[in-house]
Amino acid sequence: MKKRTWTNLKESAIRAFFLTCGILAVLVLIGIFATLLYTAVPAFKEIRLSEFLLKKNWDPTSPEKAEFGILSMIVSTLMVTGGALLLAVPIGIGVAAYLSDVAHWRVREIVKPIVEILAAIPSVVVGFLGIVLFGPAIAKIFHTGNGLNAINGSVLLAIMSLPTIISISEDSLNSVPPAYNEASLALGASRWQTLFRVKVPAALSGIIAACMLGMGRAIGETMTVLMATGNARAFPHGFLSSVRTMTANIAIELGEVPYYTTHYYALFAIGLVLFIMTFIVNMAADIILHKYQEREQ
Amino acid sequence: MKKTLIVALAVIGLLATVLMAAPAKKMIQVKGSDTMVNLVQILAEEYMGKNPGAAIAVLGGGSGTGITGLINQTCDIADHSREWRQKEIDQAWEKGVSPRFFIVAVDGLSIVVNEKNPIEKLTMAQVGALYRGEIKSWKMLGPYEKPVSLYGRQSNSGTYTFMQEFVLGNKNFSTDTKEMNGNAQIIESILQDESGVGYVGVGYLYDKDGKIRKGLRVLNISKTPDGEAFAPTDKAAIDSGKYPISRPLFQAANGKPNAEIAAFIAWETGPEGQAIVEREGFFAISPVHKAQNDKNLK
Repeated sequence: MKKRTWTNLKESAIRAFFLTCGILAVLVLIGIFATLLYTAVPAFKEIRLSEFLLKKNWDPTSPEKAEFGILSMIVSTLMVTGGALLLAVPIGIGVAAYLSDVAHWRVREIVKPIVEILAAIPSVVVGFLGIVLFGPAIAKIFHTGNGLNAINGSVLLAIMSLPTIISISEDSLNSVPPAYNEASLALGASRWQTLFRVKVPAALSGIIAACMLGMGRAIGETMTVLMATGNARAFPHGFLSSVRTMTANIAIELGEVPYYTTHYYALFAIGLVLFIMTFIVNMAADIILHKYQEREQ
Repeated sequence: MKKTLIVALAVIGLLATVLMAAPAKKMIQVKGSDTMVNLVQILAEEYMGKNPGAAIAVLGGGSGTGITGLINQTCDIADHSREWRQKEIDQAWEKGVSPRFFIVAVDGLSIVVNEKNPIEKLTMAQVGALYRGEIKSWKMLGPYEKPVSLYGRQSNSGTYTFMQEFVLGNKNFSTDTKEMNGNAQIIESILQDESGVGYVGVGYLYDKDGKIRKGLRVLNISKTPDGEAFAPTDKAAIDSGKYPISRPLFQAANGKPNAEIAAFIAWETGPEGQAIVEREGFFAISPVHKAQNDKNLK
């Protein structure tokens, strides 16, 4: 009897612990969103929403006229992220396909952990590489005088999102049932055809999820782009111009902004826009995943 | 189920209370101007070497960051290379902080280009026009066929504000200005970028041996188009005010500084501290500054 009470007690304590963890996660998310919304909304008492989203100039501390347009930053963020995906997705899928289907198992045992270690490099270190290594190299290749531009940011973010893309793509390629592989080869398809016409489509949901997660990493990354893209506020003329992303702008200005001013609220409003953007990316990833899963069944 | 929920909420409440309790601090926290951070770091190290009981932590982040820190009482001394804005002083008073200012060094704000750039001197008006984005090519200033590539600081920097007020005539910076994290990063960029121009504190011009960094050209600046141009490294020109963009470097403390903070500031502004200021490439304060500092220490 005594023993049973003790077990019951233990069981409910464990249940309480897991419930606490669950509630905490939800509370944190709701708390973050509420704070963001609560602090961002006052900005629109003084800035029109259309001006905020569609004007190109951002200069809140201007002695002439304070301006709060974030279009340049939105475009910059999309450019840097898009550039990063353009580089990272083909390379990432290629490496994943190599690791899962081509590489000798010994090579895979060595390469896969190395790729995963890449994810552990702190973003400041990657940014530093952008300044001392990629920056000067880009300046030389494109004759631009300096390498603090969108391309530099894209290259660095590509490096940072590669481990996510490779690792998850490779897992999903590996989890394709071996019967697919065998059937395809038995029907006379070459290994190349099998890989790209059978295995990759079968693993597509996982690969798309991998790319979306990589994109999530790239879009929210701050320190690296802050160090490597030059942070000019101008509307980007192209990939060779210096750009300022939304994350970098918040990081630069939040430290010194006088509290409870329009500028302060506007920075939170940028955070809210960023939150909505990542939310859309995640939603899209989720919808795509479900669609493919339904088709498979 | 209800009971578990209550337990869960109680645990969350307990955690929150533990996290809220702030740790006590004892160290003197100095925060602010990036132009001053190396100098104050060295001053603090030498001071701590002589006074083993003292503990001083120095952080950069920009003048604005230091000033906000003092207002929110997250630091004891704010380094700042520009004066406080009226808004900041009002905000400080509202929070019960009454800042007192001390001048610890004098800086000659230096305009630097890559050594491949043949231009040697500019007028104040030309520097202003460059940074307002009105001069897009070096050809307009001398025999150099390159576009102008602007390097500056971020808006939390006192140097950014100082440039805007005293050189740009309170006009906007060109939006093409690349905004760097600090003086050192501007120097590194100028060394690589043949078309670049940047502004930094005079202490950042020197290498370890006290010589001007190799690959860097420090421009002479004149007040008027026909006036004589002076270098920011010229002590006589700084002292006499002939170099047009020299400025005091400040520290601010909350109210009458306590014994430990006062002792540090007195030492910095005294002969030993000022010798280090000069050694690091900045300039010593004038007797007028000194008298003002002494008054504020009491």
